[in-house]
Amino acid sequence: MDLVVDIRKDYKDFNLKIEFQASKETMGILGASGSGKSMTLRSIAGIVSPDQGRIVLNGRTLFDSEKGINLPVQERRVGLLFQNYALFPNLTVKENIAFGIRKLPSRERLCRLGEKMASMQIGHLQDKYPYQLSGGEQQRTALARTLVTEPECILLDEPFSALDNHIRAQLEKELLDVFASFKGVTLFVTHNLEECYRVSKNILVMDEGKALSCGCRDEIFLNPPNVKTARLTGCKNISAIGRINADTVKAEEWSCNLEVDEQKIADSTHLGIREHHLTLVDDGKLPNTFPCRLSRVVETPFSVTCFLKMEGRGGMNQDYELQMEVSKEDFAVVRGRPFPWYVQIKPEHIFFMKE
Amino acid sequence: MGLDLSPLWISLKTASTATVITIFIGITLARWMVFGGGRGKELIDTLVIMPMVLPPTVVGFILLLIFGKNGAIGQVLAKVGASVVFSWTATVITATIVAIPLMYRTARGAFEQIEVNAIDAARVLGASDWYIFWRIIIPVSLPGIIAGIILSFARALGEFGATIMLAGNIPGKTQTIPLAIFLAVESGETNTAFIWAGIVLLISLSAILAMNYWTKIQYKFLQVRSN
Repeated sequence: MDLVVDIRKDYKDFNLKIEFQASKETMGILGASGSGKSMTLRSIAGIVSPDQGRIVLNGRTLFDSEKGINLPVQERRVGLLFQNYALFPNLTVKENIAFGIRKLPSRERLCRLGEKMASMQIGHLQDKYPYQLSGGEQQRTALARTLVTEPECILLDEPFSALDNHIRAQLEKELLDVFASFKGVTLFVTHNLEECYRVSKNILVMDEGKALSCGCRDEIFLNPPNVKTARLTGCKNISAIGRINADTVKAEEWSCNLEVDEQKIADSTHLGIREHHLTLVDDGKLPNTFPCRLSRVVETPFSVTCFLKMEGRGGMNQDYELQMEVSKEDFAVVRGRPFPWYVQIKPEHIFFMKE
Repeated sequence: MGLDLSPLWISLKTASTATVITIFIGITLARWMVFGGGRGKELIDTLVIMPMVLPPTVVGFILLLIFGKNGAIGQVLAKVGASVVFSWTATVITATIVAIPLMYRTARGAFEQIEVNAIDAARVLGASDWYIFWRIIIPVSLPGIIAGIILSFARALGEFGATIMLAGNIPGKTQTIPLAIFLAVESGETNTAFIWAGIVLLISLSAILAMNYWTKIQYKFLQVRSN
């Protein structure tokens, strides 16, 4: 089970050029809106034709510009799930699901139909119209409509982006259950990085029509290979570096020297540390510890983001250099303390990357 | 009194024939405009809409130029010994030309309401364009299409200016109700004019009622979607 994609498509003000492989494990495509995620899915489904390249699904060529192959949408055996589910408003749940298998002999059709409606638990809704369904029921109908055709690959285009948070969590769980039993390739497009991490094993990060990085989700989140990936995966503290000696670098943006693990530096140009990895310590003499003042706080329900200004260092024009995330409880303990606060950038949490 | 009912039959026959032709042409054009590809869309759009904004006499004059014995189509027809000017066919042609913009615009509006994703979803599920058209597009836009049909019929029924230019006013052949009213008023037969006006009023009223009825019972799924 695998999908090989290597395509390019040029528009006036946007160029898509992407190359990746996906296997049975769910691949999440993460990127801001306009990064070309949906365009990539649409190219695989055949709704959009790339200018060049090829798309091969389980050894079957769907598109190959050199050989002049461009399989029609109808013959690709690919399932595409849209953001708003795109159910047919004039057809009942049952008719919606049967839409893709109407050419099968009636016996097999009814068999598959019953099976799928049972496994999705929508049998009791079979005569309802889409407008009579809840968000979850719509998703299950759309999934059933796709799965009943037994596609070799399922493409999901931001399936949860239009939903409330509590419904979202529940639908996400249902979707994961479906993925677990699905044997084909699954691509999941989203701009929500937490959702992307939860749903996928592998992640492809896209920006401006290109792949920034691709790999196992932990690798991408723990060791982003470049600055843009680090930013897209939510890293707030990033600085260019200059080499001082074997195990010391200068963080340019923060105007400070940092002791680091020399194994990790290699030929990197930047370093980063995630906001929850910064720690408040009592002893200002510890390695990589700097006196800071709190310039701003932003509260979320269960944590606080502290914007810290490094004393006597850092850029002159900003009011902060570092962002540190602490739990509400921890923040309550430290909030009254006099400045400076000592913030430690632990070497083991620093990661290195290229521009 | 011996009222000649032929204008009524001619009018109904003309309007019905013109409406049937209009439905096909109007919907085909709207379909191409919304879902099809290719060039020249703006030009065709303008040409189709023209009869709606031009004075009917101008439309009739242009048609006369095209179908007359020196016109492009007129010459071709003359070669096979046919002529449409001052024939019943001419009433159908003019009624069709003035009704198409209404059908086209309403059908196009209805098609544009359809979610593009639903159509892409249908294609991904293996449906051909024709199947999608009949199974999804037409049913979903049916209220709009019905409205278009009623408007087109009413317009075809009331056509006067272009008809008198191309088809003339030949009793029993090309004289439709509007022409009969014109002739009656001109020759002082006010009573006849009253009767014909009443009949037209009745037909038009029924058309408007039918249209309102259809707009009200728009499919439930369409009402809910707008919430």
